Amino acid sequence: MKPPAFAYHDPGTVDEACRLMSTLDNARALAGGQSMMPMLNMRFVLPDHVVDLGRIASLAAIEEGQEALRIGAMVRQRDLEHSPVVARRCPLLVDAIQWVGHRQTRNRGTIGGSLCQLDPAAELPAVCAALDATLTVQSARGTRSMPFAEFPAGYMTPSLEPDELLTAIELPDWPQGHGHGFVEFARRHGDYAIVLAAALLAVDAGGRITRVSVTLGGIGPAPVRVRAVEQALVGQVAAAGLFREAAEACRGLEAMEDVHAPASYRQQLAVVMARRALDAALASLAPSRGTAH
Amino acid sequence: MATKMAITLHVNGTEHEVRVEPRRTLSDALRTDCGLTGTNVGCEHGVCGACTVLMDGVPVRSCLIFAVQAQGHELRTVEGLASDGALHPLQQAFIDNHALQCGFCTSGFLMLSAGTLEQQPDIDDEALREVLSSNLCRCTGYQNILRAVRQVRDAGKEAAR
Repeated sequence: MKPPAFAYHDPGTVDEACRLMSTLDNARALAGGQSMMPMLNMRFVLPDHVVDLGRIASLAAIEEGQEALRIGAMVRQRDLEHSPVVARRCPLLVDAIQWVGHRQTRNRGTIGGSLCQLDPAAELPAVCAALDATLTVQSARGTRSMPFAEFPAGYMTPSLEPDELLTAIELPDWPQGHGHGFVEFARRHGDYAIVLAAALLAVDAGGRITRVSVTLGGIGPAPVRVRAVEQALVGQVAAAGLFREAAEACRGLEAMEDVHAPASYRQQLAVVMARRALDAALASLAPSRGTAH
Repeated sequence: MATKMAITLHVNGTEHEVRVEPRRTLSDALRTDCGLTGTNVGCEHGVCGACTVLMDGVPVRSCLIFAVQAQGHELRTVEGLASDGALHPLQQAFIDNHALQCGFCTSGFLMLSAGTLEQQPDIDDEALREVLSSNLCRCTGYQNILRAVRQVRDAGKEAAR
């Protein structure tokens, strides 16, 4: 099981990478390679040219914006896991990273690579959906940005043209001290989830929910925001019993079926995972937020 | 056929000048081009961890990296663990605790453990179990591997006291 033959390019700048992507026939970008290499070995992808983004320093930076964290597409998952800035401004991402692959793969795997691979049950796309991330996409033709909601075009297919590169991910801030929870159910730790859930929670001084985000992965081809649950929760006083009832709405979601689990099993998991993610978010609320129990 | 590229791999403090096709994985380059066959190749798609080596001090799966990507990075393989004829403490602990049987996964487990203990000398048992769960061993049932790594961790903590 060996990769097919290809020509290798390792540009030092984004502009040079974009030029290569626009001029070379049948070129594929290589990020951390933790999914791409198995796909090459199994001959699922047969590129004539591989453009390695690993030497482009500008893609590997975590920048603090006024209202968002801007993460370069080539930031390694390990660096997100251990970044104090990410822990402070986007704790949900740190929660989620613990579930991504294993230590060795996180040492190589990147956030941009995971997003472009767009596995239906991957953790990082779910985080982007939960936070309403904005993605920056660049090509020799210019730069554009798009909300993450528009990024998935279909099963494992991002809405990128063949010459385009995902260059940065902006994760908007939630209020200081907000609650965050990420849970998943998989056969073995490190596997892709059967179903995963991410939850974010902000409450006012009286413990009333002012803002909530509930996202499920592994249900459909792309992460699903469960608006029905979110709408049912806003304005309510945050408490564990509340979530049990609200999460029931997840049972009605259309769910995919595969060798791992039938749709009905995923729907049941969706209810349980959504509730657990909300429970975890509630438990992580800073004490000063005065939640009612 | 893509043309070969001349690259330099820094392995265990030695420079290896090799000519490889771009598609040559690091694991194959280490074994075939550098002659370092201690690194084993199992699944070739990042599942089993047998090919784990250290790249700039952190454990990576060498079957998921192209050799051309490893240029300019410091690599360490199982051949680099022993020094002056003395086994590395992890190697001795694996022997003492019967942490290997057929040996196929051993170099991967050793490099994973070596990199982990260097990064986190005081790693707790739960985290260590999780780290070790990322590599596959079909002989030992993992408990002896865990015991061996814990022994080296505890000896290190004792020495640091």
